[in-house]
Amino acid sequence: MYRFWGLLFLAVPVVGTLIYLLAMLGIAPFQGLGLPPNYNEAGVEIDHLYNLIHVIMAVVFVATGLMLGGLIWKYGARQELGARYFTHSNLLELTWSVAAAGILVFLSLYQLNSWAENKLERPQVEIAGRTEPQPPLAKVVAKRFGWEFYHAGPDGRLDTPDDVYVENVLRVPHGEPVVLQLESRDVIHSFFVPGLRLKQDVVPGMQHFVWFKATSPVELEIICSELCGWGHYTMQGRMQLVSRADYDRWLSEQSPWKQFAAEGEQE
Amino acid sequence: MTAEGFSLNGGSDDVAAEHRTSRNPLVRFLGTWVFSRDHKMIGLQFLFSSLIWLAIGGLLALAIRWQLAWPWTEIPIIGRTLFAAEGGQITPQFYNVLFTMHATIMVFFVVVPILTGAFGNYLIPLMIGARDMAFPTMNMLSYWLMWPAFGCMIWAMATPEQGPDFGWTAYPPLSVLFGDAQSLWTLGLVFVGISSMLGSINYITTVLQLRAPGMTLFRMPMTVWGLFITAILQAFALPVLTAALVMLLLEKVFQTGFFLPNGLEANAIQPLDGSGGQPLLWQHLFWFYSHPAVYIMVLPAMGMVSDMLSCGARKPLFGYRPMVYSMIAISGLGFIVWGHHMFVSGMSYFLSVSFMISTMLIALPSGVKVFNWLGTIWGGKLRMDSPTLFGLGFISMFIIGGLSGLLMAATPVDMVITDTYFIVAHFHYVLFGSSILGVFGAIYFWFPKMFGRMMNDFWGQVHFFLSFIFVNGTFFPMHFLGARGFLRRTADPYVVEGFRDLLPVNQFITWCAFGMAAAQVIFLINFLGSLFWGRKADANPWRANSLEWTIPNCPPHGNFASIPEVYRGPYEYSYPGHDSDYWPQSEAPA
Repeated sequence: MYRFWGLLFLAVPVVGTLIYLLAMLGIAPFQGLGLPPNYNEAGVEIDHLYNLIHVIMAVVFVATGLMLGGLIWKYGARQELGARYFTHSNLLELTWSVAAAGILVFLSLYQLNSWAENKLERPQVEIAGRTEPQPPLAKVVAKRFGWEFYHAGPDGRLDTPDDVYVENVLRVPHGEPVVLQLESRDVIHSFFVPGLRLKQDVVPGMQHFVWFKATSPVELEIICSELCGWGHYTMQGRMQLVSRADYDRWLSEQSPWKQFAAEGEQE
Repeated sequence: MTAEGFSLNGGSDDVAAEHRTSRNPLVRFLGTWVFSRDHKMIGLQFLFSSLIWLAIGGLLALAIRWQLAWPWTEIPIIGRTLFAAEGGQITPQFYNVLFTMHATIMVFFVVVPILTGAFGNYLIPLMIGARDMAFPTMNMLSYWLMWPAFGCMIWAMATPEQGPDFGWTAYPPLSVLFGDAQSLWTLGLVFVGISSMLGSINYITTVLQLRAPGMTLFRMPMTVWGLFITAILQAFALPVLTAALVMLLLEKVFQTGFFLPNGLEANAIQPLDGSGGQPLLWQHLFWFYSHPAVYIMVLPAMGMVSDMLSCGARKPLFGYRPMVYSMIAISGLGFIVWGHHMFVSGMSYFLSVSFMISTMLIALPSGVKVFNWLGTIWGGKLRMDSPTLFGLGFISMFIIGGLSGLLMAATPVDMVITDTYFIVAHFHYVLFGSSILGVFGAIYFWFPKMFGRMMNDFWGQVHFFLSFIFVNGTFFPMHFLGARGFLRRTADPYVVEGFRDLLPVNQFITWCAFGMAAAQVIFLINFLGSLFWGRKADANPWRANSLEWTIPNCPPHGNFASIPEVYRGPYEYSYPGHDSDYWPQSEAPA
């Protein structure tokens, strides 16, 4: 029976790692269980981090898991012998603490750049000789249970009469940095585009900015990933990545959003 | 405080004692089961109510799994009764109720009460050589307060919206705007909070004041250390949550404006005139409690597993002091990591960096504990019975649950996997795989002391084997779902095209969840059967060292005939030159 339990515990790291490997290599029936394809430049670094941490995890998982199973296999059978009496070893404690701390500190520092790239360093542009944060291409307004998109019109500014309003499909140029401004009308939503490795909660009463540089002309899904009520599961939109030329042509074909237009005429 | 409160003189002050010997069966029943101030009885009350809620919470989980595997189909057997209007299928609204109540019940009515309420109450005085808790009446009240909480939750399920549907995290504005169930849910948790606070003050005082002579802090079993540190966490974190819950209740009932911002267009009916509140404030207050709560829900189990493993390996716990220090480190760091629940919430992203570093660091003491458990069984004489198996299972599952936490600590990666099933996999490995398996082990281990009979070991091992297989079958594939972005808390994830090919994985998970439920039926039968027909146990069936094993099973009120003197730590197994392989803490040296 000891062998049986030893094998059971040994099976955990072996089977677990094997399935992970098969999933990462895309071998049936575990294909398609890794990260979805990435279309964001900054996402490359995130995927790299994801894989790196998985490697570290796998090493520790296999080492400790095999040790646990092996110890059960070996010492479970030692009924005729007594147990060895030892209580502690400061050297061992120190060794594994320092080793683990080293890995953790390395990981902490190693990921800082990626975080800064995604959340802290908004792209800069030259406007009239001054370097300024890049203005948002469009305003994304979340509401129960859908997305509204307000594109900055030809003047390049939001909340002006030439804004263009679209629902549920967001057109965005690829191959250049894009900034979006996020707002919510009612409860907390979350703007999640798995293909861009992008997620940002949208809190009512706040303005959030997200940015990315998409690499290819694809169509991606926008999902609300924060519970927002009974219809949460239906709350999704699409993001069409198009070339800059196509984007400009499309934008020029749209008529400005009526409400702003009407206000503009009154002035 | 006089001796009345501290009850050092044999519990003769117990007002219920006379009722227990009454001839009137009703008076006797009430005296024993309701008005008892005996810590052991209160512990058993917590144990039984938690186990009942565990079954209820588990059934809710099965309903969730049904919807994810076979969305919008009729639930067999009970569907027609529960959802007659919808043709026996779950409604999106009720799906949200399901996962909200599953989490609420499992966290507040099962894991926390069974660890601190049941085992904390039962074991602390026995293990430190005290006659009872420091404040027996307060202890009784702490259990009584659970019942208004139970009532509120059941009442909340009877409201027109069929229960709270905003997730157990209750983020405003969602949790404030719709329906009445929210008020009842919040009120219920206020009761739970007060109950736990009373308990934690009691545990801290008892451990500090009522230890037997010779029972120094560093001779306390790890179980007591785990419960003691947990009580400190609760005492400092719970007032924050309770105050926040009261604020949420005021927000709902009196529109106070703590959390609702200006210009809200709720339900597209009319803009609410908020008063400049901040939704993120709730998240900070909530996670300031609920992250330490993660450790509240695992530290006592770590302590009990340490004791069971050392006893099962017939060998001292490896690195007792580092184990204690790492628990203290976990509890200290546990207070400054709550922000990792909010990496994409919109709080300062500079602040996120400091939360990331503290979160990385908290992996260190957790890792130290795993290494020390491995050191404990190294060179041992491992006794493969149910408690030891569950203890080993705890370690195996804690390794997985702990390691996957690294991905969440890494802020850029967390941005991708937060709100997905990766998180669900991670915390179920820790909460179910570790804590609940540890609790099962502890039930097998202390059952003879509680009820004077052994649980059946063969069926205990079968229970372990099936639980272990199905826990992994259920929760391991969820990591892959999460990597794909598969969202938690969505009634029908397959509305998203990218998730449609994940349906077979979800069906596999659901089958495993049913298997896991079936395995718990074995436990239930074993538990109930052993209560009445189990083999009679002697006072120390595991040949263990701590003080509770030196007194008869089902100890009387007052516990010890005379307060024991403690001569050594609790882990002197296989001590060289000693004539048996265990050496009870209170056995006088030759």
